[in-house]
Amino acid sequence: MMKYLLKLYITGNTPRSQRAIANLLRICQEELSEQYQVEIVDVLEQPEMAEQEKILVTPTLIKQLPPPLQRIIGDMSNTDTLLLGLDLVQNQDNRS
Amino acid sequence: MTQLKQEDFIEKLPTGIPGFDFLADGGLPKGRATLISGTAGSAKTVFASQFLAEGIKRGQNGVFVTFEESPKAIRKNMRGFGWDIDKWEEERKWAFVDASPQPGEKPIVTGDYDLGPLLARIEYAIRKYSAQRISMDSLGAIFSHLADSAQVRSDLFSIASALRELEITAIMTAERTEEYGEISRYGVEEFVADNVVIFRNVLSDEKRRRTIEILKYRGTDHQKGEFPFTIVPGQGIVIIPLSALELEQRSSNIRITSGSDELDRMCGGGFFRDSIILVSGATGTGKTLMVTEFMVGGVKNNERCLLFAFEESREQLYRNAIGWGVDFEKMEKDGMLKVVCRYPESTGLENHLIKMKETIEAFRPNRVAVDSLSALERVSSMKGFREFIIGLTSFIKQQEIGGLFTSTTPSLMGGTSITESHISTITDSIILLRYVEMYGEMRRGLTVLKMRGSMHDKDIREFTIDHRGMHIGKPFRNVTGIVAGNPVYVAQSEVDRLSTLFDDGTPGSSSLG
Repeated sequence: MMKYLLKLYITGNTPRSQRAIANLLRICQEELSEQYQVEIVDVLEQPEMAEQEKILVTPTLIKQLPPPLQRIIGDMSNTDTLLLGLDLVQNQDNRS
Repeated sequence: MTQLKQEDFIEKLPTGIPGFDFLADGGLPKGRATLISGTAGSAKTVFASQFLAEGIKRGQNGVFVTFEESPKAIRKNMRGFGWDIDKWEEERKWAFVDASPQPGEKPIVTGDYDLGPLLARIEYAIRKYSAQRISMDSLGAIFSHLADSAQVRSDLFSIASALRELEITAIMTAERTEEYGEISRYGVEEFVADNVVIFRNVLSDEKRRRTIEILKYRGTDHQKGEFPFTIVPGQGIVIIPLSALELEQRSSNIRITSGSDELDRMCGGGFFRDSIILVSGATGTGKTLMVTEFMVGGVKNNERCLLFAFEESREQLYRNAIGWGVDFEKMEKDGMLKVVCRYPESTGLENHLIKMKETIEAFRPNRVAVDSLSALERVSSMKGFREFIIGLTSFIKQQEIGGLFTSTTPSLMGGTSITESHISTITDSIILLRYVEMYGEMRRGLTVLKMRGSMHDKDIREFTIDHRGMHIGKPFRNVTGIVAGNPVYVAQSEVDRLSTLFDDGTPGSSSLG
């Protein structure tokens, strides 16, 4: 399996941010075992990063690897669409 | 009472946009947000850019938040106005916050989200560039590319309150669907701003007419109603304040010559220096001749004269003048006269007005003539024409120069033109030129219908034209009904009685003047 490189943008330590982080890490652990790397960017601390990546809303998850690049927005409480965005639907089908 | 106190403290930031600061009684309320709402193509983006461009010219940096067009497109589109955004970006005077939709990308939505980063980016840009002005164009676009409109709403509010705290003067644009209807498409944009300005681009009589109206200016004063504006290449938006200019008009008792001694006598010693004179008559009655005499009279007294010709070319004017013994070419060479010939159709009336103002400001004439207003009438809607007249006359009066306009009446005998009904209340003097049919011969009559603030000759005088120009002769004593276009011969004994009847029979003629 190819290694996943994920970047999660949040705005401050809000409940929504915490929810997004928790949801993401849970899915990663369940679905990607050790094959992932998550970087968390707080736009309040690094606004220039948000400007560079043209982040408009948070939480925004950018799947940088494997290609294609995919943007996923929201607190990731909807697991199905998150899996879809991470191209992990196949795995889910196998499980069921 | 506390509210009254607060009003005194609303400081205005002069925008530098021509005409706007007058309209807005000093400029945009400083440190507040103003919503610019308008339909598609109503020049909102131009205004938003110009606000920043004028700021940079005054040493105030700006941030442009774009939700719709890419920064690349804005840089390119605004170059035509002479705003070099690339250069300003290099000099760190102009910053883009690019929130425009990225091509080929549709994010997957997995739950709740908010516009937190947008605010963070805006604040970052403002702080980094110590910006004093910010433009956000346009708010409606956020709604269209984010699904959760309730969230967008609450985020807009937090952005607005953050801007207020930063004490930055902001412009936000919003799209509206109708020229006369809801303020903005989503109905929330107007609540995030303290002030609302409406841009309109109305189609009337197959012509576009742009107007600006300050609808709401919380706690501070402004001019009310719609004001026309136009977009000038190399300059941007130019707003034409109308009647408001009239307040500043002064008047003088200094008389200037009409170019004809006899006409001066009829007017009680000449026209007033800063008055507007309307010469009305059918085609061929001698209006252009009157203009020529007016110019010659000025040049003879060492006055600078400016002639706007909308009917004839320079060559035609020169040739006609030579026919009356006047050498325009020499006068122009000497620098005392400037003849500007333009096709009325070459541009919109608003642009004509702006160009004319520029020419007047550059040449600094003592007297101005426009031949003819009627030619300009056909390129505009009624409303636009009226505004043009008001704009031009008030400008001329402000400059303390004399203005002579001509107007062509549609019928050969008598009658009034639409031009006249618009202008007659604004003019200080009206001179009528009329054909008089007498014993199978067309003769010309001239009368001073109105001469504000002065005695004048009420006779209808015959005048003739030859190679030396205009000659005013004796009154038509035994003809009446000339002005009405229906000359009737009367016996000499009836003249006095009938002339009083004539005054009564033409309502307004006695009250004018």
